[in-house]
Amino acid sequence: MQLSDAKLAEDAVQEALIGALRNAASFGLRAALKTWVFAILKNKIADILRHKRRSIDASSLLREDDEDGDDGDFSAPFDRKVFWRADERPAAWPHPEQALRQGEFWRVFEACLENLPATQTRVFMMREFVELDSQEICQTVGVSVSNLHVLLHRARLRLREYLENRLFMVADQPC
Amino acid sequence: MLNCREVTRLLSDSQERKLALGERLSLRMHLLMCAGCRNFGKQMDALRRIARAYVRGAGQGSDKRNE
Repeated sequence: MQLSDAKLAEDAVQEALIGALRNAASFGLRAALKTWVFAILKNKIADILRHKRRSIDASSLLREDDEDGDDGDFSAPFDRKVFWRADERPAAWPHPEQALRQGEFWRVFEACLENLPATQTRVFMMREFVELDSQEICQTVGVSVSNLHVLLHRARLRLREYLENRLFMVADQPC
Repeated sequence: MLNCREVTRLLSDSQERKLALGERLSLRMHLLMCAGCRNFGKQMDALRRIARAYVRGAGQGSDKRNE
Protein backbone atom coordinates (compact mmCIF):
# COMPACT_ATOMS: atom_id res chain seq x y z
CA MET A 1 0.00 0.00 0.00
CA GLN A 2 1.00 3.66 -0.05
CA LEU A 3 2.19 3.53 3.52
CA SER A 4 5.38 1.59 3.30
CA ASP A 5 5.72 1.84 7.05
CA ALA A 6 3.44 -0.81 8.51
CA LYS A 7 3.39 0.81 11.93
CA LEU A 8 2.08 4.05 10.50
CA ALA A 9 -0.63 2.17 8.65
CA GLU A 10 -1.60 0.37 11.82
CA ASP A 11 -1.83 3.63 13.70
CA ALA A 12 -3.96 5.09 10.93
CA VAL A 13 -6.40 2.21 11.12
CA GLN A 14 -6.54 2.35 14.88
CA GLU A 15 -7.19 6.05 15.01
CA ALA A 16 -9.87 5.78 12.36
CA LEU A 17 -11.64 3.00 14.24
CA ILE A 18 -11.46 4.76 17.58
CA GLY A 19 -12.84 7.89 16.00
CA ALA A 20 -15.61 5.92 14.31
CA LEU A 21 -16.63 4.08 17.47
CA ARG A 22 -16.72 7.31 19.43
CA ASN A 23 -19.32 8.59 17.02
CA ALA A 24 -21.03 5.31 16.18
CA ALA A 25 -24.17 6.14 18.16
CA SER A 26 -25.24 8.62 15.54
CA PHE A 27 -25.30 5.99 12.84
CA GLY A 28 -28.24 3.68 12.32
CA LEU A 29 -26.82 1.84 9.37
CA ARG A 30 -23.79 -0.34 9.54
CA ALA A 31 -23.15 0.10 5.85
CA ALA A 32 -23.04 3.85 6.34
CA LEU A 33 -20.61 3.38 9.19
CA LYS A 34 -18.37 1.31 7.00
CA THR A 35 -18.33 3.92 4.25
CA TRP A 36 -17.65 6.55 6.82
CA VAL A 37 -14.71 4.69 8.34
CA PHE A 38 -13.31 4.30 4.86
CA ALA A 39 -13.55 8.05 4.32
CA ILE A 40 -11.84 8.78 7.62
CA LEU A 41 -9.13 6.29 6.85
CA LYS A 42 -8.57 7.92 3.50
CA ASN A 43 -8.12 11.31 5.14
CA LYS A 44 -5.80 9.82 7.73
CA ILE A 45 -3.64 8.24 5.08
CA ALA A 46 -3.57 11.52 3.19
CA ASP A 47 -2.44 13.29 6.39
CA ILE A 48 0.31 10.79 7.01
CA LEU A 49 1.52 10.89 3.43
CA ARG A 50 1.76 14.66 3.67
CA HIS A 51 4.00 14.41 6.72
CA LYS A 52 6.08 11.55 5.60
CA ARG A 53 8.04 12.74 2.61
CA ARG A 54 11.43 12.44 4.26
CA SER A 55 11.23 8.68 4.69
CA ILE A 56 10.81 7.85 1.02
CA ASP A 57 14.05 7.29 -0.80
CA ALA A 58 13.61 9.38 -3.91
CA SER A 59 16.82 8.19 -5.49
CA SER A 60 15.70 4.58 -5.44
CA LEU A 61 12.46 5.69 -6.99
CA LEU A 62 14.25 7.34 -9.87
CA ARG A 63 16.43 4.31 -10.38
CA GLU A 64 13.42 2.12 -10.77
CA ASP A 65 11.69 4.42 -13.21
CA ASP A 66 14.45 6.23 -14.98
CA GLU A 67 12.76 8.60 -17.35
CA ASP A 68 15.40 8.44 -20.03
CA GLY A 69 16.67 4.97 -19.37
CA ASP A 70 15.75 1.55 -20.60
CA ASP A 71 12.01 1.27 -20.85
CA GLY A 72 11.98 -2.46 -20.31
CA ASP A 73 8.71 -3.87 -21.59
CA PHE A 74 7.08 -0.50 -21.15
CA SER A 75 7.24 0.44 -24.80
CA ALA A 76 6.14 -3.01 -25.87
CA PRO A 77 2.60 -1.98 -26.83
CA PHE A 78 4.03 0.45 -29.35
CA ASP A 79 5.44 -0.41 -32.72
CA ARG A 80 8.94 1.11 -32.99
CA LYS A 81 7.95 2.83 -29.74
CA VAL A 82 5.46 5.13 -31.40
CA PHE A 83 2.33 3.52 -32.83
CA TRP A 84 0.10 0.81 -31.40
CA ARG A 85 0.98 -2.68 -32.50
CA ALA A 86 -2.10 -4.27 -34.00
CA ASP A 87 -2.46 -6.78 -31.16
CA GLU A 88 -1.89 -4.12 -28.50
CA ARG A 89 -4.28 -1.49 -29.77
CA PRO A 90 -6.77 -0.48 -27.08
CA ALA A 91 -10.23 -1.85 -27.71
CA ALA A 92 -13.59 -0.44 -26.70
CA TRP A 93 -14.35 -1.84 -23.24
CA PRO A 94 -17.83 -3.28 -23.27
CA HIS A 95 -19.89 -2.06 -20.31
CA PRO A 96 -17.17 -1.35 -17.75
CA GLU A 97 -19.88 -0.35 -15.25
CA GLN A 98 -21.37 -3.83 -15.34
CA ALA A 99 -18.01 -5.43 -14.76
CA LEU A 100 -17.62 -3.47 -11.53
CA ARG A 101 -20.44 -5.46 -9.96
CA GLN A 102 -18.50 -8.67 -10.13
CA GLY A 103 -16.24 -9.72 -7.29
CA GLU A 104 -13.89 -11.23 -9.84
CA PHE A 105 -13.31 -7.81 -11.37
CA TRP A 106 -11.91 -6.44 -8.13
CA ARG A 107 -9.67 -9.43 -7.52
CA VAL A 108 -8.12 -8.90 -10.94
CA PHE A 109 -7.92 -5.14 -10.39
CA GLU A 110 -5.97 -5.66 -7.16
CA ALA A 111 -3.70 -8.20 -8.84
CA CYS A 112 -3.05 -5.71 -11.65
CA LEU A 113 -2.08 -3.02 -9.16
CA GLU A 114 0.32 -5.37 -7.45
CA ASN A 115 1.92 -6.19 -10.77
CA LEU A 116 3.04 -2.62 -11.40
CA PRO A 117 6.47 -1.48 -10.28
CA ALA A 118 6.05 -0.42 -6.65
CA THR A 119 6.55 3.29 -7.20
CA GLN A 120 4.01 3.37 -9.99
CA THR A 121 1.48 1.67 -7.75
CA ARG A 122 2.28 4.12 -4.99
CA VAL A 123 1.80 7.29 -7.01
CA PHE A 124 -1.25 5.86 -8.77
CA MET A 125 -2.90 5.10 -5.44
CA MET A 126 -1.96 8.47 -4.00
CA ARG A 127 -3.48 10.15 -7.03
CA GLU A 128 -6.54 8.02 -7.69
CA PHE A 129 -7.44 6.53 -4.32
CA VAL A 130 -6.40 9.24 -1.89
CA GLU A 131 -6.97 11.97 -4.49
CA LEU A 132 -3.95 14.02 -3.56
CA ASP A 133 -3.08 16.65 -6.14
CA SER A 134 0.14 16.58 -8.15
CA GLN A 135 1.82 19.12 -5.89
CA GLU A 136 1.22 17.09 -2.75
CA ILE A 137 2.40 13.86 -4.31
CA CYS A 138 5.57 15.47 -5.64
CA GLN A 139 6.39 16.92 -2.24
CA THR A 140 5.74 13.62 -0.52
CA VAL A 141 7.59 11.38 -2.93
CA GLY A 142 10.27 13.93 -3.78
CA VAL A 143 9.98 13.93 -7.57
CA SER A 144 9.40 16.70 -10.08
CA VAL A 145 5.98 17.21 -11.59
CA SER A 146 7.17 15.91 -14.94
CA ASN A 147 8.57 12.79 -13.25
CA LEU A 148 5.25 12.23 -11.58
CA HIS A 149 3.44 12.54 -14.89
CA VAL A 150 5.78 10.00 -16.42
CA LEU A 151 5.10 7.58 -13.55
CA LEU A 152 1.34 8.05 -13.82
CA HIS A 153 1.42 7.63 -17.59
CA ARG A 154 3.31 4.35 -17.22
CA ALA A 155 1.02 3.10 -14.48
CA ARG A 156 -2.06 3.87 -16.56
CA LEU A 157 -0.61 2.28 -19.70
CA ARG A 158 0.13 -0.90 -17.82
CA LEU A 159 -3.06 -0.99 -15.84
CA ARG A 160 -5.25 -0.55 -18.88
CA GLU A 161 -3.30 -3.27 -20.67
CA TYR A 162 -3.67 -5.73 -17.80
CA LEU A 163 -7.34 -4.94 -17.41
CA GLU A 164 -8.03 -5.26 -21.11
CA ASN A 165 -6.20 -8.56 -21.41
CA ARG A 166 -7.75 -10.09 -18.35
CA LEU A 167 -11.21 -8.59 -18.17
CA PHE A 168 -12.29 -6.89 -21.33
CA MET A 169 -10.98 -9.28 -23.94
CA VAL A 170 -12.73 -8.64 -27.22
CA ALA A 171 -11.94 -9.39 -30.83
CA ASP A 172 -9.49 -7.11 -32.62
CA GLN A 173 -11.01 -4.05 -34.17
CA PRO A 174 -9.61 -2.12 -37.11
CA CYS A 175 -8.03 1.24 -36.28
CA MET B 1 2.14 14.99 -36.03
CA LEU B 2 1.89 13.21 -32.71
CA ASN B 3 2.43 9.48 -32.51
CA CYS B 4 0.33 7.12 -30.39
CA ARG B 5 2.78 7.03 -27.56
CA GLU B 6 2.85 10.81 -27.26
CA VAL B 7 -0.92 10.89 -27.47
CA THR B 8 -1.30 8.46 -24.56
CA ARG B 9 1.00 10.71 -22.57
CA LEU B 10 -1.17 13.75 -23.31
CA LEU B 11 -4.32 11.81 -22.46
CA SER B 12 -2.79 10.78 -19.16
CA ASP B 13 -1.52 14.31 -18.51
CA SER B 14 -4.94 15.77 -19.24
CA GLN B 15 -6.09 14.18 -15.97
CA GLU B 16 -3.34 16.09 -14.16
CA ARG B 17 -3.17 19.49 -15.83
CA LYS B 18 -4.91 21.67 -18.37
CA LEU B 19 -3.40 20.99 -21.78
CA ALA B 20 -2.10 23.90 -23.82
CA LEU B 21 -4.05 24.95 -26.89
CA GLY B 22 -1.47 23.47 -29.24
CA GLU B 23 -1.53 20.19 -27.36
CA ARG B 24 -5.30 20.03 -27.50
CA LEU B 25 -5.32 20.67 -31.23
CA SER B 26 -2.70 18.05 -32.09
CA LEU B 27 -4.45 15.63 -29.77
CA ARG B 28 -7.77 16.16 -31.50
CA MET B 29 -6.19 15.73 -34.92
CA HIS B 30 -4.69 12.42 -33.93
CA LEU B 31 -7.84 11.15 -32.23
CA LEU B 32 -9.84 11.82 -35.38
CA MET B 33 -7.77 9.23 -37.16
CA CYS B 34 -6.89 6.70 -34.48
CA ALA B 35 -9.48 4.46 -32.85
CA GLY B 36 -6.86 2.89 -30.60
CA CYS B 37 -6.07 6.20 -28.94
CA ARG B 38 -9.75 7.14 -28.79
CA ASN B 39 -10.35 3.93 -26.87
CA PHE B 40 -7.34 4.67 -24.69
CA GLY B 41 -8.88 8.05 -23.81
CA LYS B 42 -12.16 6.44 -22.79
CA GLN B 43 -10.26 3.87 -20.78
CA MET B 44 -8.49 6.63 -18.83
CA ASP B 45 -11.90 7.93 -17.77
CA ALA B 46 -13.02 4.39 -16.96
CA LEU B 47 -9.86 3.81 -14.92
CA ARG B 48 -10.59 6.88 -12.82
CA ARG B 49 -14.21 5.78 -12.25
CA ILE B 50 -12.96 2.29 -11.34
CA ALA B 51 -10.51 3.72 -8.79
CA ARG B 52 -13.22 5.89 -7.25
CA ALA B 53 -15.59 2.94 -7.05
CA TYR B 54 -12.87 0.85 -5.44
CA VAL B 55 -12.30 3.44 -2.72
CA ARG B 56 -16.01 3.56 -2.00
CA GLY B 57 -15.76 -0.12 -1.22
CA ALA B 58 -17.18 -1.57 -4.42
CA GLY B 59 -14.70 -4.41 -4.20
CA GLN B 60 -16.11 -5.70 -0.97
CA GLY B 61 -18.71 -8.05 -2.36
CA SER B 62 -22.15 -7.62 -0.86
CA ASP B 63 -21.93 -3.90 -0.17
CA LYS B 64 -24.51 -1.66 -1.73
CA ARG B 65 -22.74 0.84 -3.90
CA ASN B 66 -23.55 4.31 -5.04
CA GLU B 67 -23.18 3.63 -8.72
